Amino acid sequence: MAVLDHAARTIFLTEFVKGMALTLKYFFKKKVTINYPHEKGPLSPRFRGEHALRRYENGEERCIACKLCEAICPAQAITIEADIKEDGSRRTTRYDIDMTKCIYCGFCQEACPVEAIVEGPNFEYSTETREELLYDKEKLLDNGDRWESQLALNIELDAPYR
Amino acid sequence: MPTLTIDGIEVEVEPGTTVLQAAEQAGIEIPRFCYHERLSIAGNCRMCLVEVSPGPPKPAASCALPAGDGMEVKTNTEKVKKFREGVMEFLLINHPLDCPVCDQGGECDLQDQSVAYGEGASRYKEKRRIVEEKYMGPLIRTIMTRCIHCTRCVRFADEVAGVPSLGAIGRGENMQITTYKEQAFASELSGNVVDLCPVGALTSKPYTFKARPWELKNTETIDVHDALGSNIRIDSRGRAVMRALPRIHEEVNEEWISDKTRHAVDGLAKNRLDRPYVKKDGKLQQATWAKAFEVIAKKLKGLDGKQIAGIVGDLCDAESMYAMNTLLKSLGGSVECRQDGSKIGAKHRSGYLFNSGVTGIDEADACLLIGSNPRLESPVLNARLRQRWLTRQCKVANVGPEVDITYKIEQLGDSATILQDILDGKNEFAEVLKSAEKPMLILGQGALNRDDSLVILKLAHDIAEKYGLVTDEWNGFNVLHTAASRVAALDMGLVTDAGIEGILSGAESGDIKVVYNLGADEFDTSRLKKAFVIYQGSHGDEGVRHADVVLPGVAYTEKPATYLNTEGRVQTAQRAIFGPGEAREDWTIFRALSEVLGQSLPFDNIAELRASMANDYPQFAIIDQKPNAEWADFGVAGKVSKDGFKLAITDFYGTNPIARSSETMDECRAAMNGTNQSEGATGTDG
Repeated sequence: MAVLDHAARTIFLTEFVKGMALTLKYFFKKKVTINYPHEKGPLSPRFRGEHALRRYENGEERCIACKLCEAICPAQAITIEADIKEDGSRRTTRYDIDMTKCIYCGFCQEACPVEAIVEGPNFEYSTETREELLYDKEKLLDNGDRWESQLALNIELDAPYR
Repeated sequence: MPTLTIDGIEVEVEPGTTVLQAAEQAGIEIPRFCYHERLSIAGNCRMCLVEVSPGPPKPAASCALPAGDGMEVKTNTEKVKKFREGVMEFLLINHPLDCPVCDQGGECDLQDQSVAYGEGASRYKEKRRIVEEKYMGPLIRTIMTRCIHCTRCVRFADEVAGVPSLGAIGRGENMQITTYKEQAFASELSGNVVDLCPVGALTSKPYTFKARPWELKNTETIDVHDALGSNIRIDSRGRAVMRALPRIHEEVNEEWISDKTRHAVDGLAKNRLDRPYVKKDGKLQQATWAKAFEVIAKKLKGLDGKQIAGIVGDLCDAESMYAMNTLLKSLGGSVECRQDGSKIGAKHRSGYLFNSGVTGIDEADACLLIGSNPRLESPVLNARLRQRWLTRQCKVANVGPEVDITYKIEQLGDSATILQDILDGKNEFAEVLKSAEKPMLILGQGALNRDDSLVILKLAHDIAEKYGLVTDEWNGFNVLHTAASRVAALDMGLVTDAGIEGILSGAESGDIKVVYNLGADEFDTSRLKKAFVIYQGSHGDEGVRHADVVLPGVAYTEKPATYLNTEGRVQTAQRAIFGPGEAREDWTIFRALSEVLGQSLPFDNIAELRASMANDYPQFAIIDQKPNAEWADFGVAGKVSKDGFKLAITDFYGTNPIARSSETMDECRAAMNGTNQSEGATGTDG
């Protein structure tokens, strides 16, 4: 029997047809690959991408230079210097993140008491030189301005779980 | 002696000890805010509540409860936990939770204790109290909403500083701590209230938002701004000194330091000499070390030793002075340490030390100040003398200009002849000295920089002998120095017969060709114009004005060094940061120069130098002990002039190059001179 079975499978190309049927099935199924960069996959609100420093609605920086992010950063990627502003408030004079050191653990945004430093949804910031990955305060605030609507939404979406 | 049980541990304590102190002896921690070992007991924070039996069944404030025999105290029960949580909740009702912007954050008693003893949540939903900021001078920043009314600052001002200008107004919720009429807190010890404040209500103004405590490197070292040698901790970040804090040393500074010690550190970053300079075409121009040494070697070549003189300044450490002296001696020159014109000799150690020691003040029952204003010359020492005076067991009298030293002293007059009267028994204070068991006198630098200083020294010596200031176990003859380097220099015999005047007039007449100035800036350097002046120091101050070669040394925070305080106590300082630019430790400069001059000094590292120094002067090897100098005969008999005394320090905030470079010290000077810089000034106040 076994010999007959084998002969039949060989003559009628059953396996070949089966294989082609599977191929045909996936040909008509919905595609799982996406056409990156024109298409993008979904991201969790908790996604930890590029950092940003946020502002309040009136344009004032949120960061109060408490240095908790600097203290908690396990990669010691953050450098902060603080001073007194003209209006007497505590603000940073320097806020640097070395993105080549950062391990994207998200501790900085957890430590932040004012939701100033956040890791946003952006992950497309590759650069041609290493120096471009040494972010300063200006760059981070600029990121914040650019991504604010998305950042605010993410924080709102994640709020029920905190 | 009462014996009590605390959490099952039995302790026997001195009568008069409080339960809180007894618990400390038993090794049990009781949280507290208002209680402080060196201040009177207030009992107003209620954090130290404990259960005590026998007694009424209610919580007792352990800080104010004297330990009684047979008492049973419990600090670890459920009930006590509840007391603490309750008190903590009340304290936090009006305390803003602004720890992230508060400078006290990370070293705050309230923060620590609310984590350790608090409940974690507040039930208070009503309106919180807001208090407006108060002006307390250029050193203290106030955020009075944070105040928990422990009154430590008020008690410090009244009891230790002796300037009772802080106080509480209003009561209950409306209670506010303020200075009288919003004046600056005019004390030389004002900075200490920042350390005392258990919350962030009083913080250091110059240090505002500069750094966080966890990012600072702590270095335990010694202060050089006065001759007391206060034990301090330098907090640095990177290559910058951020602040200076006191360290506890019961026999020297307890836990206080003066405002100059604490806040002149910003002068360490200004006016610094960071590379060698050589005068060329009448102007100082940048040079290399090799070039500077070459110029010096050329100048020194063929000079007779008598034509070379050295002057050491007030902030020098023993090592650099030793290296300098060894080098100049090998060239035949001599070194002078009394740049202020003091006449004090270096022969007898007991003749220039604070023989009773700082702790001797605690036992003294009569004190005669001669030409000294301890409030400016050593504020911390003055606070100690004031503590003694407060016990009413010590009478203090002053011979010298009338000064406010924060407590009432008997003003005997401002003439050196009064000393003769006291010696002859013609003055009333002679009786006080005679009847006292442990009398002392404090001879200030104001009495030692006169023409007849040696006679005054002799008079003081004779008074000491006649009235029992010197016995087998007590020596009440005290010299209060103003320069941190002076005692070490005198120990090494860095004195010349003619003194600083001899060097200056020698330079004018051309007898002295080369003057090597190691950080001495407190005399008129224009008189050195004719001589070739080598200035070695940390700051560009008076000394460089007429210098021909400038060598950059490092400041006291930048070198491991040895200092002798006014008692003769040897203390070692550590390096907190490295010096700027090409500045080098002073002794290494002498070592390198000696090589160029062909007179190589016999030590290659600081350990060898110290060994060599201890070999020549054994007292330098005995660390942190008050020496007992043998009593001797010193001074010159003669007749004193009637003239009044000229005090050594009039400008407390500018006694050395570091302080003069400090902006904070300038602000202090302006504030203490009566110009109220309160932001609330109306414009009609002049």
